[in-house]
Amino acid sequence: MIAALGLLIGIVLGLVLEPSVPLGLQPYLPIAVVAALDAVFGGLRAYLDGIFDDKVFVVSFVSNVVIAALIVYLGDRLGVGGQLSTGVIVVLGIRIFSNMAAIRRHVFHA
Amino acid sequence: MPEPEEAPTGRARLRDAMLRPSRSQVIVAVLLAVVGFAGIVQVRTTAEDDTYSGYREQDLIDLLAGIAGTTQRAEDEIARLEQARDDLRSTTTARTTALEEARRQARALEVLAGTVPVTGPGIRVTIEEDEGEVDAADVVDMVQELRVASAEAIEINDSVRLVASSWIDSAGGGDLLVDGVVLSPPFVVEVIGQPATLAGAMSFPEGPTTQLTKDEAATVQVDELESIEVTAVRDPDAPSFAEPAG
Repeated sequence: MIAALGLLIGIVLGLVLEPSVPLGLQPYLPIAVVAALDAVFGGLRAYLDGIFDDKVFVVSFVSNVVIAALIVYLGDRLGVGGQLSTGVIVVLGIRIFSNMAAIRRHVFHA
Repeated sequence: MPEPEEAPTGRARLRDAMLRPSRSQVIVAVLLAVVGFAGIVQVRTTAEDDTYSGYREQDLIDLLAGIAGTTQRAEDEIARLEQARDDLRSTTTARTTALEEARRQARALEVLAGTVPVTGPGIRVTIEEDEGEVDAADVVDMVQELRVASAEAIEINDSVRLVASSWIDSAGGGDLLVDGVVLSPPFVVEVIGQPATLAGAMSFPEGPTTQLTKDEAATVQVDELESIEVTAVRDPDAPSFAEPAG
């Protein structure tokens, strides 16, 4: 319940404050958001499996975001930023889909 | 193996989470708030981002190259279309010129073939039979002399137009047979051309006038006029035997 409230509060804050993203962070924010989404769905799946641990969740969340941003940053330095962000998005997308499949099986038994 | 009632299903856990907040939920809530915040920020940035500020250097270069390529293609297309337009324009000009030339030629040929009425300066020759009969050969000679003097259109008695295939014969009793039409005196020959030249062609010594008036056979009167109307026309006959060669 509190988790859902937190999500709502974040969305409302984003809508109300209308912050602008610093120019240097602009290429990394979308990747970071997708990585965070992956961590969130992973955490939800772990919770439904009964093996959820908040410490693991926090660590995976932060490391996901940082590593994704790092990979894209590295790609930008190497001149393959566009391709690397595509690769990261693809991998994270696959993970999100597989996590969603597990969650679906738990919630709908199907 | 745990008993079924001791191992709650995922659905039951979800229901529990909704009903019983815990410490870990607070942490999750904080992180979810961060995700929601960042997600919304990113969505708004993408929505309002109609400039290229968020693009990488390489993306911008690719974009520029793409636009340059598009420009190049558009310019090629413009050049091609302009070329086609110029071609069409010159074709049209050439065709107009050819048409104008053909019309001019057709007008000249119409006058020569006697298919249209014509008007212009010229002379009127009036031949009245006096004591004899007009010799057809003398009339033919007269027509020949007039043609030498650049007569452009000739008609006799307002009824017969003389053209390239015209012939003149005697019909007896002083009448003339011209192109199958019997003409009676007085004969009025109207000729379009340079009046002074035509009058000279009639009156030179031993010329047509002398021939026609010999033995007091007839009287010839030549009038130089500013404007003569040659109204007789003839239908062009399609030749039966002659065909253009080549």
